[in-house]
Amino acid sequence: MNNENPVVFIQNVSKSYGKQQVLKNVNLEIIPGEIFGLLGPSGAGKTTIVKQLAGLETPTQGENYIFSEKMPRLDLMNRIGYMAQSDALYGELTAKENLDFFASLYGLKGKEKQQRMKDVMEIVSLTEHFDKLVFNYSGGMKRRLSLAISLLHKPGLLILDEPTVGIDPVLRKGIWAAFKDLKDNGTTIIVTTHVMDEAEKCDRLGMIRDGQLIAVGSPEELKQQTSAANIEDAFLAYGGA
Amino acid sequence: MRITALVIRILRQIVRDKRTMALLIFAPMLVLTMLHLVFNGDEYRPNIGLVDIPEAIETQLNLEDAIIKHYESANLAESDLTSRELDGYLLFENMAPSIVLEGSDPSVNGSVLRWVQNALKPLQQNLTNKEMEINYLFGSSDMGQFDYFGPVLLGFFVFFFVFLIAGVSFLRERTTGTLERLLTSPLRKWEIVAGYTIGFGVFTMIQATIIAWYAIYVLGMLMEGAFGYVLLITLLLSLSALTLGILLSSFANNELQMIQFIPLVVVPQIFFSGLFNLKTISEWLSWVGPLTPLYYAAEALRNVMVRGFGWDMIYKDLLVLLGFSLLFMILNIAALRRYRKI
Repeated sequence: MNNENPVVFIQNVSKSYGKQQVLKNVNLEIIPGEIFGLLGPSGAGKTTIVKQLAGLETPTQGENYIFSEKMPRLDLMNRIGYMAQSDALYGELTAKENLDFFASLYGLKGKEKQQRMKDVMEIVSLTEHFDKLVFNYSGGMKRRLSLAISLLHKPGLLILDEPTVGIDPVLRKGIWAAFKDLKDNGTTIIVTTHVMDEAEKCDRLGMIRDGQLIAVGSPEELKQQTSAANIEDAFLAYGGA
Repeated sequence: MRITALVIRILRQIVRDKRTMALLIFAPMLVLTMLHLVFNGDEYRPNIGLVDIPEAIETQLNLEDAIIKHYESANLAESDLTSRELDGYLLFENMAPSIVLEGSDPSVNGSVLRWVQNALKPLQQNLTNKEMEINYLFGSSDMGQFDYFGPVLLGFFVFFFVFLIAGVSFLRERTTGTLERLLTSPLRKWEIVAGYTIGFGVFTMIQATIIAWYAIYVLGMLMEGAFGYVLLITLLLSLSALTLGILLSSFANNELQMIQFIPLVVVPQIFFSGLFNLKTISEWLSWVGPLTPLYYAAEALRNVMVRGFGWDMIYKDLLVLLGFSLLFMILNIAALRRYRKI
């Protein structure tokens, strides 16, 4: 599609926990500046893939390359933003203190840090809850704060594991608009989801079932190839149903 | 600095969680106070029998603070002593006083002997060259006192609470997913362990100061040596509790499982740390003590608080405690490899 090196290059990756194989020979390239969706039911292996890309897991076989460097690498961590499925937040601290802590981990300081903290809170529309204890946040607010934290250090690659679970449709729309903005500024975004209508908003999709990547392409391509009316039917067609 | 960020965050969390902070400081104070009241309560008024003492002498004795009963003969007094109606009886043979104690309760022995010394004070001029004879019906004067095991308890409670709180807070870091998030940042594994150790270390220093001050200056625990040494020992002991707690939290999946380590890891330490006489311990178990941090801390605390020793006598124990902490820290860093290889 273009001549740039892929941001993410997954090569023949398999992963087993004991006897249980969760990823089977996955090959995937993700190109700069796209929103790539990993679509599949829970337990399909989406989280295992993104955890490997975030450096938390290593493949049993094969390699993962990010920005043309083999993962895991500590100096790459600064260029990756990761948001896990669980809202990894400190409930006893305020949103501001949470942001301050994570910003410091990424080496942000002084005015720049304060500015970034404000910016990311604006992106997720939480500015008025800046000084509230996270303990008092609703589930959706925590999800958004979690997202804000992953944006703090302006990562070139953003990996989001189920980012919009529990967020109401209006805010979800706003968050997707934010993803588009980030994308326009050159950020590559990987999103896992099992919500089909969200999948439609991605530039390209990878469909996963039982640890195997069964199809990759833009939502339009996938629908055309299977002559399906929507992504859900396309998924079923690829899955052999 | 990334470690600083971690330290600040941990201190903020502790200060925010008032109840836990109170537990760390007030629970040891409360337990020590209760032990103090149990073992060192109001001065006991002993029941004393006077056996056939010439009236000329009795009028000179200071008989305050005791319940006095008179006996015709030592046999009658002895049968009352056996049935525990008396704690001891005093008799004079050839103008020399001697005391017979019931002897099974060390705290009672102490009060009887203190009382006798007081009672005989007015006679001292006449008795200068006569040593008082002390006999025990049961037991002996070698039995332990609160002052003797106080230092062990002080160390134990500091260890216990720091172990629990540090372990649970690191466990929470794991179960809430924040540990995973820390590991997706450029933070190095040793920085996480160092941040935790320093963060809790700062708080532990405050905790150790307050508890040691309370035990010594409010409860009046015996204190022969320097306060600074006591602080140093409790601080190093807390560090080992902290690092051990964090380490063991890797093997627990929830708070309840963390608590399950208490009977396995924490409580046994108290049995092998010198609360009970180590020389009388079964030989096949005697190797346990030297493997526990509390063993060294208790020995050092006792050397300072009871025997009034200084640096020369405690530095070896301090080094061992430091060694424990370093070992646990290295194991912690290794345990974190489960979550990230680099």
